[in-house]
This record gives sequence, C-alpha cells and structure tokens, in this order.
Amino acid sequence: MSNKNSGYLNYIDKTAPKSPILKDMLMAFLFGGLICVIGQLFLELYQNVLNLDDENSKTAVSITMVFIGALLTGLDIYPKLAKHAGAGTIVPITGFANSIASPAMEFKREGLVTGMAVKMFTVAGPVLVYGISASVAVGIIYYLYKILIGG
Amino acid sequence: MAKRTGKQTISMDKTLSIAGTGTIVGTVESDGPLSPYFDVHMNDAEWNEETWEKSESKMQREAVKIAIRKSGFEADKIDCIFAGDLLNQCISSGFSARELEIPFYGLYGACSTIVEGMSLASLLIDGGGADNALAVASSHFCTAERQYRNPLEYGGQRTPTSQRTVTGAGAAVIRNYGSPPYITHVTTGKVVDFGVTDQNNMGGAMAPAAVDTLITHFEDLGRSPKNYDLILTGDLGKFGRDIVIDMMSERGYDMSENYSDAGCMIYDFSTQDVHSGASGCGCVAVVLCGYIFEMMKKGLLNDVLVLGTGALLSPTSTLQGESIPGIAHAVALSTTPGGGKNAVC
Repeated sequence: MSNKNSGYLNYIDKTAPKSPILKDMLMAFLFGGLICVIGQLFLELYQNVLNLDDENSKTAVSITMVFIGALLTGLDIYPKLAKHAGAGTIVPITGFANSIASPAMEFKREGLVTGMAVKMFTVAGPVLVYGISASVAVGIIYYLYKILIGG
Repeated sequence: MAKRTGKQTISMDKTLSIAGTGTIVGTVESDGPLSPYFDVHMNDAEWNEETWEKSESKMQREAVKIAIRKSGFEADKIDCIFAGDLLNQCISSGFSARELEIPFYGLYGACSTIVEGMSLASLLIDGGGADNALAVASSHFCTAERQYRNPLEYGGQRTPTSQRTVTGAGAAVIRNYGSPPYITHVTTGKVVDFGVTDQNNMGGAMAPAAVDTLITHFEDLGRSPKNYDLILTGDLGKFGRDIVIDMMSERGYDMSENYSDAGCMIYDFSTQDVHSGASGCGCVAVVLCGYIFEMMKKGLLNDVLVLGTGALLSPTSTLQGESIPGIAHAVALSTTPGGGKNAVC
C-alpha cells in the first residue's frame, strides 16, 4: 500500500501545516528553565534556611516539585501551561507528577481500585519500568566494577 | 421503490421528508458562529450527570426527544431508530435507547454515523419497511479524549493538523411524506486507506475517502459540483478540506465555489484555539441537523450534498502501527422532490 500511495503520503508531508519548531523550542527552554530555577530556589531555602544536609535537601526539593506539579494539575493550571511550554513542562519532575496525577483524577469514576489505581500509571508506566530497570542494570555494572577493579 | 443508479448510488422513489431535527451542543460549540442554529446549549460538560458517558447518553436521548417533538410525532409512533457514537460498544446510543422504547439499530461509522443512519433510514422507508425512522449520532470531547488520547489534565501539545472533538448530538426524523427538505439520493462509500498513520491527521486520512465518494456520486448521477448550492463534508478540518479541493481539481472538478467542511464551521478560528477544526460524530450531525436543516427550511439553500466522513481506527490499531481506513457516505438533500438543480455552465 505504501508504494501505491507514496505520492499521496509525500504530498501530505509537504503540505501539512508544521509545528512552529523554533517557537516551541524557545518556550520549552524558558518554561523548563523557570521550573529548574524554582527548584534551585527551594534547594537554597532548604540548605541555607532550614539547614538540611545536601542529600536531604535534594530529596525535599523533589518532593516539593512533585507536590507543586500534582497541585497545579488538580487545579487545571498545569495543562494550560503545558500547552505553551511543551517539553518544558513534560521533562522536569513536575511533568512526571502531572502524568500520574492526571489519569488518577480522570479514572476515579471507574473506582479507586479498578479505575484510579490501575490507570494512574498508563502515561508514566514506561518511565518507571525503564527508569527502574536502567538503575538496576547500572547498579549491577557498578557492583561488578567495584569487585573487579576495586575502589 | 428505491432504484440503484450507477455503482454506489440509490435514488429514492418516495418523497422522503426530514420532518424534524434536534441538536444539543457543549459550551465551546455554543461560543462558535453556528450557535444560534442549535436547540440546546449545555452549561457544562457533565450536564448534571455523574460521568461524561452518562452526559453523552443524555445528550443523545434529549436530541431524539426534541427531533420527535418538532416533527409532530408521538414517540411510540417512531418505527425505528439508527443510532451511533464513538465510544466502545456504542454505549451512548444503547444506553440512551433503553429509555426510548423505540426499535433500535446500533451503528458504528465513526464520524460518518449520522449520514450512515440517515442513509439506512431512507432505504428502509423507501423500501416500505417503515413509515418513518430516526437517525441520531453524538460525540463528547471528554469521553472521546479519555478513550482515544490522554487524560484531560495531562499537559501536552497538539499538532497543527489535530482537531477538537465536538461535544454535540444531532437527531433527525425522516418520514415518507411531508415538507422539504427531502432526501433524494444516497451514495454508500467504500473504505479507502491511503496509508496515513498519524492519528493527529484525520483530515489527511479521510480526505481520499471523501474524494472517492464525491466522484462516484457525480459519475453515478451524471452530476457535477454545479448541481448543488452547497457540498458539505463531515469533519476533515482545514487541512483535509484543502486536500479535497486539490484532489478534486486534479480529477477535473472545481470545488472552490460551493464546498465547505462542517469541521471548519462550528468553531471560530480567530478566537477559539482548535487547530485544524472540529471532528467527531457530533460535528456533521449538529451542522446538518441544525444549520443545514434551517437554511433549507428557509429556502436559502435548495440542493445540498452532505458527506459524513469517518476514520475507522481504534486506539489498539494505532498502537499496532496500522494505517487509518477512511469512509465517506453521502446523502443528497433538496427542497424539490428528485432534487439536483440544473447545472449552470
């Protein structure tokens, strides 16, 4: 089929209106950067005002940003920002929170167990599966490296 | 009795009148330019129901009741109903019909459903199997999004060729006598698939099916676009409409004068952010049962060819990398029995 209709598919590719890539990239840069700046401000706050140690303050920043992402999702503000920010709001940890909070909200009506709990990882599931798998693989490599090379 | 004319077209023998219609639209559609032509404007997506699915079912049921009331019938005098929607197992239709007590045929023609329903209703009546029948179709932005795409609160961007699913339901009562507009011809479409796989480009996927049905309709009846005051496709959007004009021009048909797409009519592109336009079963259903019906009643449009266009994909077929099959069914409407104004050359 693709051979027979390659002319049509080429025509579609050529004539279809394109996403404004430069504008999208600029917005992603600005929004993504802004979210990181907010995260950095929280880090400074936790380290210098609340005097948390380095590791704990970083964990606290992640928790805070996830909370903000989920809260803005619940208030229907996050998708409105994301419409302009694109990857700028998807890539940071707030986007991860949005990807779990949004199906959790949407599928509540199908039940807390059979709806919300089942569906809340429909978007974020792949990130968890491959993120955790990758961390385990890296951990094993690191473990073997320590044994073989020493350190 | 109905007579086959050419390859895929059937000419109606009786004067099949569209006796009455009912339309219901959501809030975004109520802000669009066709708003005055719709019967009921919902104040929110739920419409006092617990779920969006229940809301869509209620929309369909209420549209049916309005159409029956406006046609002057009693509900128990309707011989049968052809209903369809986009949801799995057509639950909006089945669930709305359980309270209607009218013999029921459930249809799935994706966004072409209202025209498929009107075609089948016409054939049934013209064949003597019923004196009247009702066609109805609905879609709901929120139910369609959660079935086909992402949760509503998920933060993502859409491509310029994507379209917004209309929250709307349209119903029409057809009977074997009465005042115009009349359904004069039915052209049944073939499934056409040119290999488009991008589910955010439905216009590109469905346009070849629309072109196929248009050309077949013209060839079957020896007609041209000039025989119509308006040719209306269902929900190809801005991009799909441009493709149809291009492809038809290549085949020697000038569509630049009297062609429009319902997906380009419901929303105001200058103030509403809807990318390539509107889509969904409700799109052509409300434009046909609202705007077109009114314009023909007033005599402002006399001969109209309406094509319902459907993309026969599912979330599963998309994930499996399948291309999108398109379908387009056509009904010719006229204010004079037989229809088709003389082409002005």
